Amino acid sequence: MSDAAAVVGRPDARVGRQTWRTAWRNTFPFLVVAALWEIVAWLGVFPRQLFPPIEDIAARFVSLTASGILEHHTVDTVLRLLAGFGLAAVFGVAIGVAMGRSRRAEDILLPLISIVAPIPGLAYAPLFLLWFGLGNLPSILLVGFVSAFPVIFNSWTGVKAVKEIWLRSAQAMGADDRRLFRQVILPGALPYILTGLRLGLAQAWRILIAVEMLAAVPWGLGWLIFGARKFLDTDAMMSGIVIIALLGLALEKFVFKKIEDYTVVRWGMVK
Amino acid sequence: MDDRTRSLIRGGVSIVCVAALYEIVARSGHFSPALMPTLPTIARTLIASIADGTMIWHAAFTLYRVMVGFVLAIAVGVPLGIAMARFPRVENFCLPLISALMPIPSFSLVPLFMLWFGIGNTTTILIVLYAATFSVVFNTWSGVRAVNPLWLRAAGAMGADERRLFWKVIIPGASPFIITGMRQAFLRSWIAVVGAEMIAASDWGLGWVIFDAKEFLNTDIMLAALIVIGAIGYVFERLVFGSIERATVQRWGMVRAAKG
Amino acid sequence: MVPIEISGVTLTYDTPSGKVPGVKDISVAIKPSEFVCIVGPSGCGKSTLLNMIAGFLTPAEGEIRIDGKKVDGHGLDRGMVFQDFAQLFPWRTALGNVCFGLEMKGVPKDEREKIAREQLRLVKLEKFCSSYPHHMSGGMQQRVAIARALAYNPSVLLMDEPFAALDALTRDDMQRLLADVWRETRKTVIYVTHNVSEAVYLADRVLVMSPHPGTVKIDLPVTLPRPRDPLSIEFIEHQKILLDHLGHAAGGGAQTQHA
Ligand SMILES: Nc1ncnc2c1ncn2[C@@H]1O[C@H](COP(=O)(O)OP(=O)(O)O)[C@@H](O)[C@H]1O
Ligand SMILES: [Mg+2]
Repeated sequence: MSDAAAVVGRPDARVGRQTWRTAWRNTFPFLVVAALWEIVAWLGVFPRQLFPPIEDIAARFVSLTASGILEHHTVDTVLRLLAGFGLAAVFGVAIGVAMGRSRRAEDILLPLISIVAPIPGLAYAPLFLLWFGLGNLPSILLVGFVSAFPVIFNSWTGVKAVKEIWLRSAQAMGADDRRLFRQVILPGALPYILTGLRLGLAQAWRILIAVEMLAAVPWGLGWLIFGARKFLDTDAMMSGIVIIALLGLALEKFVFKKIEDYTVVRWGMVK
Repeated sequence: MDDRTRSLIRGGVSIVCVAALYEIVARSGHFSPALMPTLPTIARTLIASIADGTMIWHAAFTLYRVMVGFVLAIAVGVPLGIAMARFPRVENFCLPLISALMPIPSFSLVPLFMLWFGIGNTTTILIVLYAATFSVVFNTWSGVRAVNPLWLRAAGAMGADERRLFWKVIIPGASPFIITGMRQAFLRSWIAVVGAEMIAASDWGLGWVIFDAKEFLNTDIMLAALIVIGAIGYVFERLVFGSIERATVQRWGMVRAAKG
Repeated sequence: MVPIEISGVTLTYDTPSGKVPGVKDISVAIKPSEFVCIVGPSGCGKSTLLNMIAGFLTPAEGEIRIDGKKVDGHGLDRGMVFQDFAQLFPWRTALGNVCFGLEMKGVPKDEREKIAREQLRLVKLEKFCSSYPHHMSGGMQQRVAIARALAYNPSVLLMDEPFAALDALTRDDMQRLLADVWRETRKTVIYVTHNVSEAVYLADRVLVMSPHPGTVKIDLPVTLPRPRDPLSIEFIEHQKILLDHLGHAAGGGAQTQHA
């Protein structure tokens, strides 16, 4: 054990070269794409305003950041995301688990959900805008409404997929209903619930960007890129898209990966 | 009364109750009928718009855009996914790019594509393509990589050459993933097309109808279009992909390998 | 420990495709601290009988009494070990799994960890207290399951083919270990297996069951001195007798291990 650890831990020239190679392998494709972009931009096939070279975009990105405008847009978007997804997580898990646990809840809710869920979330946007006006309220409600469905479905499946043998073992050891739920059903269903939350968050993120374009919110990344179109401000638009990409990546790679590593991966319930 | 009938009755009752509740609120006069049309009004609008062909045309436009984008996504995605799984060079080049592009919501490209390609079919089809391709690539790639090495060895021992190995083992072996990828891709295309049409289409398309109806407070048309969108999505998801799955991977006893 | 009386127990499964006989009119009396093995071809109702004793199934006719009390649902007087390795909770460490029953009983944390450690020592896993199940081999997982079933000190241990999914060498070790554990704890054990040599190695008494419907065919005491030597003449004789009975019961559905 300790020997193996020592071997791994030893500073090794080969290991250093290896990481360097990996880094190069991951950046190389981006360099190629960037170079192509530059060439096309400088050839002037498209007007510079519509197809700006990368240095223009970078300059704009820096100035927008320096003036705090990009940060303001980002913070507003993230807050809306948290509010909407928070609603979805709380209600989604509660409804899904209730459906998994109670036959009656399942019979009553499943038909309603099966009618509402298959319609693409954004299609509800105009309805929400009509009913709740413009601005934050409809945006957050729509994000919550839409991203609740994957959470509901997966929590429901997860609770139903809890292994019979775990229930039996726990019952044999004297677990009552309440503890069966807390100590066996919830952790047993957790891989599914986390999957649902992850899908829900991804959904919330996509819907939010779109709904910010439609709901005439004063700040937000969706609004930034949509508004930039009117002024043919491709630089600002690309800056917004870059931030959106980075945030999306961060949500996926850090938030959920961390939670999963700490729970279901550590327990060996998923690979 | 057995469990199944009880479930059906409860389900029916719950739908009827919700519908009745809506109807009561709609008729109570608290909200303007323009915002909350009664169910019969919605039904009449739906039937009328189908009868005079407008809804059919809208649906046809949307389906055209979605199908072109979806088919292009498969034409690009399946070969790319296979190439990535078979050739490390392709994988090394494409994987970082795909991982960076995948988290970008397709809607965030709508304004950019509108600048570049204007309003209309090109933009919507490209958005669909963007939304659908990654699922196809990713699932194909995972599927080919997940082909059981035992099958390859067994087929090799039985004298299969490279070409037959590919067509007779790798493709069928990867098919649960590929089909899952297509299913996911269609779902995403369907979501993307509605969104893209709202912003970047003019005059025709189900997404455009909904958004246009908002401007004129035609909530009945909006809800009628929503019903059509849901019905078409349902038909594809359940009937088309469901039967493809039943005819292939389920018959072979291979469970769906990845979940969307 | 405690005696178990099974009298006239019958159970029929109701399935969509009709009634399936589970077990029919089984009567057995088990003495305190007795190690009873139930052998029989698969489908003869071994698990059904065990699950009724465990309280997961209720007999349609007859009754089961443990220490004079009629069985009604599960209770902390019985511990259960299944065949499936997945019976452990993957979200708990070995220690956490063993603690579960004590936790349900309301034993304070320090004490239950002390007891759990003691149980894990009994199955020779004291070094793996903080390992998660997925980092353990099948044999280790089954040992944790045994420790878990013993931890809250039930008077009866019910085991449903606990070692059937293990390789032959590991299974030998586990049988020795179980024999040791039983000698130390003196629980009443009912042990289901379809492996004849396992039964002869472990049991004071072997019940041979036959299918369609499940009934107890023979009740054979095993009085060989312990620890038993699977290569001794007497051991092999016992095996032969059982195999003969099983041959009649099932047309050769059972298997030997030390062939
Ligand atoms: N849940 C069940 N539903 C219907 N039939 C069952 C069920 N469990 C067991 N049976 C039937 O009861 C009989 C006895 O099964 P079981 O007790 O599991 O046998 P064993 O454990 O000896 O292999 C078999 O014929 C089996 O098919
Ligand atoms: Mg059995």
